[in-house]
Amino acid sequence: MNNKDWRNLGLAALGLAIAACLPLSGNGYYLTIGVTIAMYTVLATSWALFSGPTHYISLATAAFYGLGTYVVAMGIDDVPYVILLVIALGVGAIAAGLVGLATLRLSGVYFVIFTLGLAEMTRQVVTWIQSNWGGHQGNYVLTDITEEMIYWQLLAVAACVYLVGWLIGRSRLGFALKIIGNDEVVAAHSGINTARSKVILFMVSGMVAALVGAILAPRWTYIEPSMAFSPMLSFQVVIMALLGGVNRLWGPLVGVIPFTLLWEAVSISFPNQTLLLMGVAFLLIVYAIPHGFVGLIEKYNARFRGDG
Amino acid sequence: MDKRKILSVRNLTKRFGGLVAVNAMNFDVGEHEVLGLIGPNGSGKTTMMNLISGALKPSSGEISLQGSRISDLPAQDINRKGVARTFQLVRLLPSLNVLDNAIAGAVFGHRQRWGQEAEDYAMQMLERVGLSEQAQAPISKLTYIDQKRLELARVLAGDPKILLLDEWLAGLNPTELETGIELIRDLRGEGRTIILVEHVMDAIRSLCDRCVVMNSGVKIAEGTPAEVLADHEVIRAYLGDEDA
Ligand SMILES: Nc1ncnc2c1ncn2[C@@H]1O[C@H](COP(=O)(O)OP(=O)(O)OP(=O)(O)O)[C@@H](O)[C@H]1O
Ligand SMILES: [Mg+2]
Repeated sequence: MNNKDWRNLGLAALGLAIAACLPLSGNGYYLTIGVTIAMYTVLATSWALFSGPTHYISLATAAFYGLGTYVVAMGIDDVPYVILLVIALGVGAIAAGLVGLATLRLSGVYFVIFTLGLAEMTRQVVTWIQSNWGGHQGNYVLTDITEEMIYWQLLAVAACVYLVGWLIGRSRLGFALKIIGNDEVVAAHSGINTARSKVILFMVSGMVAALVGAILAPRWTYIEPSMAFSPMLSFQVVIMALLGGVNRLWGPLVGVIPFTLLWEAVSISFPNQTLLLMGVAFLLIVYAIPHGFVGLIEKYNARFRGDG
Repeated sequence: MDKRKILSVRNLTKRFGGLVAVNAMNFDVGEHEVLGLIGPNGSGKTTMMNLISGALKPSSGEISLQGSRISDLPAQDINRKGVARTFQLVRLLPSLNVLDNAIAGAVFGHRQRWGQEAEDYAMQMLERVGLSEQAQAPISKLTYIDQKRLELARVLAGDPKILLLDEWLAGLNPTELETGIELIRDLRGEGRTIILVEHVMDAIRSLCDRCVVMNSGVKIAEGTPAEVLADHEVIRAYLGDEDA
């Protein structure tokens, strides 16, 4: 580790410590927004671990998230919560592994469409299982887990995701992913097992999404498939990550914070215009800032230093 | 052939729909040999390279490396066994700088290195091809010959047993060509096994131990450069029927 690594580690620890104090404000509204920001930070950052280097746009977040939610929803009455979190991780990893093996050979747009369909398919399957064996559509999740506890759990997961992301970035696996994102043919001809590298990273992001779904389940007393598997979630994660920038580990965070705050403001004042906000953000990404806020910042930094 | 053979191609055929791009090809490559694979445009040379490197799977027939079959392996496994290639249209990694492009070849291939060791070795390869000054440059700053050099450095960084060079000398001006031929001659001097697809006759004459000539997917001649270039069928293939 060099000086810069220590500095970044210090900054990250400081940021985390400050964020962890939020519940002390005693303001329930701030806490709610804090939970949302923490949740999207974890989802968007882990999404970018895979999609950033490979350029595969996955819309499967909702599928894994929903699976995690349902692990808790179905097991909460009989199994200790902590065990359910571990099961959610496992379910997310297995599901992502299977999906990865089946789809990561698909290119570009086919992959996007498949992952979008996946969330819907998973929702249908869960609904079907529930109505055939559960005899009902939704589940009650009654626990004494508070919003503060959810928030702190998410912060802990965020810390882990950053750590894992940092480690991957320095590993052979991370380097392999970068090469794959540049040119898959060169990657294969340089000895990289492209399918395996992609599947491993896809599993990491699937696991994290399932874990987040499980952690958030207690927030919604009553859970039904349509909310657990909402495709909107997948789109939001993609937009926030791209808006922030996926070429840096901290990039998605820079997208998540402003987007969440704006989203909150818009849904309070103009509850029907949130889709419009997504559309505008999407256009912004495509036409104005293809490398996200981070790309902008780095461009201006470079110009400022006179080498850009 | 007195040399031990390292690669053999047996009855190899590749069809694209109705087109037979490689048709029942047979040849061997000896250890430390430089084999020229030549033939007119569209005769199937690149397809042959693609089959050896694993970019394409043969329709029938087989390729073996030191006696074991490689033609059913994926490209990454063939690379790890020591076969590395350049591409007819140069392929580099645009988001990585020159040094990282070279390191990319050192980490996962035949002889794997990581960290400082990989960097040092990649740097040596850049020196080898004459690019060490530009190690930190983005690849967008490279001229065409430098891009070709970098691709060669990446390939060499994996320490391959067999090198497949697909028209690596094409598109160079006369001085660059001189340098390029010199570079390949050095590799040959190191005892590397090389399969060279080339149209540049001077290069073929001065570099190749032996040549295999293809036309319309079929092998039409095999022998020393002097022999095959004097062969009637080869001349006919290159110049067209009316000149024979
Ligand atoms: N992927 C492919 N799909 C369909 N046809 C192909 C494919 N690759 C090559 N071909 C055809 O196979 C034939 C041989 O092509 P190939 O590129 O191997 O020739 P070549 O000897 O390398 O020619 P050149 O000297 O122009 O590079 C050509 O007719 C080409 O159009
Ligand atoms: Mg060719």
